[in-house]
Amino acid sequence: MNALSLYLSYLRNCLRAQMLYPTAFLLRFGSQFVITITEFGGLYALFLRFSHIRGWTFPEIALFYGVVSVAFAVADSTCRGFDMFGPQFVKTGHFDRVLLRPRTATLQLMGFEFGFTSLGRVIQGLVALAIAIGLLHLDWSVGKAVLLIWAMAGGFALFFAILLLQATLSFWTVESLEIVNTLTYGGIEAAQYPLDIYANWFRKFLTFVVPLGCVVYFPVAAVLGRSEAAGVAPWVGAITPLAGFLFLLVAFSAWRVGVRHYTSTGS
Amino acid sequence: MALPYLAILRARFVLMLQYRAAAFAGFATQCWWGAIKIMVMAAFYAGAAHQPITLAQVITYTWLGQGLLGLLPWQADAEISEAVETGNVAYERLRPVDTHTLWLARAIAARAANTSLRVIPMFVVAAILLPLVGLGAWSWHMPSTASAAALFALSISLTVLLSSSFTVLLNIAVTALKTRRAANLAPVLVSPLSGMIVPLVLMPAWSQPFLFWQPFAGLVDIPYRIYFANLTGAGALAGIVAQLIWVVGFIVIGRAWMARVMARVDMQGS
Amino acid sequence: MAQINVENLSKTYRVAMRDPGLGGALRGLFQRRVREIAALDNVSFSLARGELLGFIGPNGAGKSTTIKILSGILRPTSGRCEVDGLVPWEQRIAHVARIGVVFGQRTQLWWDLPIVESFELLRDIYRVDAVQFAKTRDRLVEMLKIAPLLDTPLRQLSLGQRMRCEIAAALLHAPAILFLDEPTIGLDAVSKLALREFVKDLNRTDGVTVILTTHDMHDIEALAKRVIIIGNGKLLRDSSFESMRSEVLAERRLFVDFASDNGDIAIDGATIRARDGRSVEYAFDPARTAAHALISRIAAAHDVVDIRVEDPKIEEVIARFYALHGAVES
Repeated sequence: MNALSLYLSYLRNCLRAQMLYPTAFLLRFGSQFVITITEFGGLYALFLRFSHIRGWTFPEIALFYGVVSVAFAVADSTCRGFDMFGPQFVKTGHFDRVLLRPRTATLQLMGFEFGFTSLGRVIQGLVALAIAIGLLHLDWSVGKAVLLIWAMAGGFALFFAILLLQATLSFWTVESLEIVNTLTYGGIEAAQYPLDIYANWFRKFLTFVVPLGCVVYFPVAAVLGRSEAAGVAPWVGAITPLAGFLFLLVAFSAWRVGVRHYTSTGS
Repeated sequence: MALPYLAILRARFVLMLQYRAAAFAGFATQCWWGAIKIMVMAAFYAGAAHQPITLAQVITYTWLGQGLLGLLPWQADAEISEAVETGNVAYERLRPVDTHTLWLARAIAARAANTSLRVIPMFVVAAILLPLVGLGAWSWHMPSTASAAALFALSISLTVLLSSSFTVLLNIAVTALKTRRAANLAPVLVSPLSGMIVPLVLMPAWSQPFLFWQPFAGLVDIPYRIYFANLTGAGALAGIVAQLIWVVGFIVIGRAWMARVMARVDMQGS
Repeated sequence: MAQINVENLSKTYRVAMRDPGLGGALRGLFQRRVREIAALDNVSFSLARGELLGFIGPNGAGKSTTIKILSGILRPTSGRCEVDGLVPWEQRIAHVARIGVVFGQRTQLWWDLPIVESFELLRDIYRVDAVQFAKTRDRLVEMLKIAPLLDTPLRQLSLGQRMRCEIAAALLHAPAILFLDEPTIGLDAVSKLALREFVKDLNRTDGVTVILTTHDMHDIEALAKRVIIIGNGKLLRDSSFESMRSEVLAERRLFVDFASDNGDIAIDGATIRARDGRSVEYAFDPARTAAHALISRIAAAHDVVDIRVEDPKIEEVIARFYALHGAVES
C-alpha cells in the first residue's frame, strides 16, 4: 500500500469518524464558512465606504484575498497533524507511536486528521475568486489561470512550511505556539492586500523573510497586469511562487533536526 | 493573616513565569495583529474623504481591541465544558450557591484575569513606548476628556457584565446539549457584531440603528466610542442604556433557561 | 547468533534544574543549570530467537529507557545495539516493521474507530498482504476472544477488552519480536490470567521473542524463565528467577495453627517470624533443615490443627534483592 493510498485510507477513516456526529459536523462546517464569509463581507463593507485602497479596487483585492484564502485553507485542512503537534503528540508522548510505525512521520501526521470543516474557508476563497473574476474586466488566458493556480500552490507550500516550523518548535516548547498565528492568520490578513500599501520595511519582511509576497503579491499583480505597481517585471511574478517551496525545504530541514532532538532526549 | 494570600500570589506569579514563553508569544501575536490592522486602515484612510471616526481614533480603537481582547466571550467556560463532557456538571448543583450567580461570578473572574494579563503590556507598548520612539501618531491615545474617561470606566464595567452574562448563556447551551460544540456559534456572532472585524460605525449608514442596538455592540464598539468621545452626551447615555438593557436581558433569559436545563441534568458514572 | 544484542548501552539525560521559590524562578529566566542523570550505565545482554525475557527493576531504574532504545525511538548516548542485524534508531522504518510494542497505559488504536477498522488501517500501514492478514487476524481474534468486540469503537471498551485488542493489534503484522511494557497494569484477575496464557502460547507455538517489563511479579512467575534486573541504570542480574531466589532469599516459611495456647512454641532449626494468637509463622533454611523434619518435630511436641509450607512471596525476594544491591526507586 503506497503512500497515496494510505493517505486516502486515513482520509476515509477521518471522514467516517467526523460523520458520526453529522449535526456537529455541519454546524462546525457552517460556522467556519459563515465566519470566513463575514470577514470577506467586512472587507466589502470597507470598500463601500472607501472605494479604493491606494489605487486598488475591490475586485482586485478580492483576487488577492481569494488566492491567499484558498492556499491557507488547503494547508490548514491537510496539515492539522502539524498544527496540533505540540499538545497532541509531544505532550502526550504519542509521537513515540508515530515513530514505532514503519512509515514516515510526515505521512502519518498528514493523515492524522483532515479538517473537513475547514473546507468552508476553501469555498469562501473560491467565492472570492469567482467574484473577483466576475467583476474584473481582464483578458483571461490559460497562462493567467495557470499562474493563479501556481501562486496558490506556492502559498500552500508556504503555509505548510509555517505549520511545520511551528510543529518543530513544539519539540522544545511542547505547547502549541500562539505566536505562529501571527504568520498564518496574520499572514492571510496581511497578504490579502497588495504589499505596496504597506511601509517599505514590512513589504521587505513579507518578501524576503516570510515570502508571502512572493507567493501572492507578485503573481497576482502580474495576472492583473499591475506589475509596475509592484515594481517588478511581470515574469518575476511567474517565478516567485517557487519561494514557497524553497521555504518548505528549509522547514523540513528544521523538522529533521527536531525529530533528532526528540529521539535523543526521549519524551 | 495576609501570609496565605501572599503565598497564593507568589505561587501564581511563579506559575506565570513558567508560562513566560506562551505569554510572550500571545502578546507578540496581538501586537502584530494590531499593527497589521492599523497599517491597512491607514492605507484606506490615505486620500479618503471625511469619515465618521478619524484614523487616530481607529488606531486607538484597534489597540483597545487587542488590549481588551480577554473581555470578549469567545467560548463557554472551559471548566464547565469539561464538566459537561465528563458528566460531572451535576456537581455544580451540589454547591450551596445559586448556580447562575456562581457561573456569572466565575465568568467575571475569568474575564478579569484574562484581561489583566494582556492589557498592561499592550498598554505599555502601544500607549507609552510608541510615542517615545516617535510613532505617536500610531499609538494608543488617552481618552479625550475626563468625562469621556469616567463614562468609559462605567461602560467597560457594563461590558464585563455583558460578556460574562453571555458566557453564562453559552455555558447553559453547552450543558443543555451536553457538548462544548454548542458554543461554536459564539465567535460567529461576536466577531463581526461587536466591531472587532470592522468598527461598526464604518459600516453602511442604513445598518447603523440595527448595529447600535444589537447586544454585541456593547462589547467593543460602544465603550470604545465613548472612550474617544465619538459618543458623547445623549449618544453616550444611549450606548450605556443599550448595554444595560442587554445585561439585564441576558441575565433574565439565563436564569429562566437555567432553571429548565438544570432540572434535567443528571450525574453520570464512568 | 543472537537475535538481540546489546553492548555497553548507556543513556544520560540532561535535565534543567530550577531552584525553588520566587527567587529561583526569576533566576531561571536568565541562567539554566543542568544536571546529568545516568538512566542507563553500560548495560549488556543478548537474546536468542524465541526467548521470553522478564525485565524488572524499581521505578526509574532504566527499564523503559532500554525498551525505548531497543524499539528505536530513543538514541543511546553510547554503546551498541542490534536487533536482527539492524540498528533500531538508525534504520527505524525497517526495524519497526518487524517488531510489535504494547505499552500498558497507552493505546495505538484509534479512539473513534471500530476495532476492525483500526486493524485494517494497521494492515495498510504495515503493508501486510491481504490474504495473510486475514489469516493472522482471524487467528488472533480467536485466541484473544475479541470477536464480539470488533465492531465496537475503542472508547466503549473496558480496560481488559482494550488490552486484548491492543495485543492483537501489535501482532497483526506477525512481528518476530514483541515488547510488552506493563501489559497487565489495571487488569482484573481473569484478564491477567488470560493474557499470561496467551503470551506463553505465542512464545511457545509461534516462537515470537518476547520482552516483558512488569511490576507484577506473578507475570514473571508465570512466564519468564530468564529475568534481567535493572537498578539505578545498571544491570544487576541476568539469570533464571530460581537461581536468583536461591541466592537471595533461600529460606522457606512454615505456618502452624496450634490447637491450644501452650507456652513454648520454639522449635529447633527454625526461627519465629510472627505470631497471631494460635497461628505462628516460622522461617527455616531448607539447606540445613528439611521441611519434613521440622514438621515431625512440631507434631511430636504439640497438638496441631494445620500446617503449611511456603516459599517467600516473589515480591519479598525481589525487594530483598533490591535492598542487597542498593537499587532504589528514582
